[in-house]
Amino acid sequence: MKVSLFITCVSDMIFADVGKHTVEILERVGCEVDFPAAQTCCGQPAYNSGYLQEAKQSMKQMMRSFKDSEYVVGPSGSCVGMLKEYPAIFKGDSEWEEAAVDLANKSYEITQFLVDVLGVTDLGSTFKGKVTYHPSCHMTRILGVKDAPQTLLRHVKGIELIELPVKEDCCGFGGTFAVKNPDISREMVKEKSQHVSETNAEYLAGGDMGCLMNIGGRMRREGKNVKVVHITEILNTHEQGGGIA
Amino acid sequence: MSIKLGDMSYQDRIEKGIENDFMREAVSSAQGRFRNGRLTQAEELGDWEDWRQLGSEIRTHTLENLDYYLQQLSEQVSKRGGNVFFAATAEEANAYIKKVIKQKNGKKVVKSKSMVTEEIGLNQQLEQMGAEVVESDLGEWILQLDEDPPSHIVTPALHKNKEQIRETFAEKRGYDQSDSPEELAAFAREQLRKDFLSADVGITGCNFAIAESGAITLVTNEGNARMVTALPDTQITVMGMERIVPTWEDMEVLVSLLTRAAVGQKLTSYVTSYTGARLEGEIDGPDDYHLVIVDNGRSKILGTEFQSALHCIRCAACINVCPVYRHVGGHAYNSIYPGPIGAVLTPLLDGYDDHKELPYASSLCAACTEACPVKIPLHEQLIRHRQIIVEQEKKSPVTEKIMMKGFAQWASTPAAYKLSTKLARTALKPWTKDETIKNGPGPLKGWTDVRDFPAPAKQSFRAWWKERKKGVNQ
Repeated sequence: MKVSLFITCVSDMIFADVGKHTVEILERVGCEVDFPAAQTCCGQPAYNSGYLQEAKQSMKQMMRSFKDSEYVVGPSGSCVGMLKEYPAIFKGDSEWEEAAVDLANKSYEITQFLVDVLGVTDLGSTFKGKVTYHPSCHMTRILGVKDAPQTLLRHVKGIELIELPVKEDCCGFGGTFAVKNPDISREMVKEKSQHVSETNAEYLAGGDMGCLMNIGGRMRREGKNVKVVHITEILNTHEQGGGIA
Repeated sequence: MSIKLGDMSYQDRIEKGIENDFMREAVSSAQGRFRNGRLTQAEELGDWEDWRQLGSEIRTHTLENLDYYLQQLSEQVSKRGGNVFFAATAEEANAYIKKVIKQKNGKKVVKSKSMVTEEIGLNQQLEQMGAEVVESDLGEWILQLDEDPPSHIVTPALHKNKEQIRETFAEKRGYDQSDSPEELAAFAREQLRKDFLSADVGITGCNFAIAESGAITLVTNEGNARMVTALPDTQITVMGMERIVPTWEDMEVLVSLLTRAAVGQKLTSYVTSYTGARLEGEIDGPDDYHLVIVDNGRSKILGTEFQSALHCIRCAACINVCPVYRHVGGHAYNSIYPGPIGAVLTPLLDGYDDHKELPYASSLCAACTEACPVKIPLHEQLIRHRQIIVEQEKKSPVTEKIMMKGFAQWASTPAAYKLSTKLARTALKPWTKDETIKNGPGPLKGWTDVRDFPAPAKQSFRAWWKERKKGVNQ
């Protein structure tokens, strides 16, 4: 199966490893992977801030980049969730509507793709450690991916999964919200950090680097040494090496 | 009072809320109770999503035929001896109510369950004409004694706890007993009974007006609204023009959703319906009945992309799940409609000038949208507000505008984008120590004031990919 990577701007620039783990996981399950280099950002920072025209320029670039792809798979529930909104955004636009529908229909978040499209629930991963999982708001509520990440984690050999209290609560990231409303965002992430601490987990895993950057950044500021990892880092850890064994 | 509560700046309100540990603890524990109650009740009812869908369809149908149902309601109320007044503005509503009270030579007014009278600032108007006004819902009464505005739609005094309430009672009414809820409630009851018996006018709000019968329904847990509707000779109901359902069956669906979504109850202690004035041969009911139907900006929402905001049945489910509300409290919204629905509704009713920050006081986590029993897409409407603030109102900050123009340029030019992923690390080097940025420049400042920012990767993904293709990493 041919899969085009949607690496997301945050992952490309800051968390390049997340992209690498995504590639390796997809190849391990037999996908032929390519990376359309003209891709940029999904447009979410501008769209959620109210800059529709600016967001659309970015979105058009994404549609151009992936027009020939069969499947588009990315390591972020939030960014893939944004792609899924394109049809509503370009509705009635004779030039772009079709491309928007096409991109939305063929796009998947990585765990969603593995479980729902490929039917893979056990990647043969091995990971020793106490892990708690933060289900990001956009992954669960906008994209509607609730079970896939946790299904995959449950099949990891050696893992000890601990439930995060009030896990469905927002961590306070919210894209530009974190810098536009830093005081409120701080209080939200403080609470999330507290909940992570209550689990005594060694690792906090999630499917969105934005949220993880927020929670991890706060916990680091508070001097806590919980390791914050993208779910692919755990899923790509196996007996032959891979992720963060 | 009107929709707007005061003149404090947005930033000051946020800080004041965050610093109020007392309020935050009260709100947090109430949110936990309400949220769990809602989930338990939704599960017990079963098919919650089907109920929500039905609720949403009833609201959509009603709003799309609002003129028809308002006319039907008006005819039914008139037929039962009531007077109906359509008020286009707050001023018209207040003037009419004052006229009725003056004609009756009313001295004392007891009230219950009415947010819309807060919205139009009725109490001040009545006090100015020399009438005594007593809020009879326990929460509202506490706030009235304390001269404090409501902070929640369903439990207006949510931000106070029993110790504070005891202090208020002691200071304003000479209360000298404990802070046990039972004793506090007994004291309030004893005080309020005198008011119920001596009032000449009763004013209530309306949870649902039933078009087919002209009945007004109130959903309460205290029963005080029943005193207000049963005792004074003159009765006035004030309702927002959207608080209407076509039939009793529709009301049943919406009440089922309301009580579960609001406080996690199957049904509240009292669901009271009443119609018009006492007709000849009847033994109860008021001598004189008035229904005031208030527009005050609602009709201009009809037919717009915000129309579904008028679905709202004031259950506060969105408020009860909102993490922003939990940390800043209801007063931070500076509106009698706080929380996510307040952030949507307030600018629609009162314009953007005083409320342009509200649509941004959300992380767009969509917990509100998920909780809403009548399916208002709250987080989407917040984004739509932001678009209007940026594009039509032109009220967004200049620096942000420049940044977003830059973003569009960057994200639609692959070469520029590619270059930035290559240079990000170098550009941020002066602020980077141990792979971490603790005092970031420009837009990073808001971030690094409260948390660390990671240094960009040594090698961007696309650089790694390129090398891998060439076989460097194999």
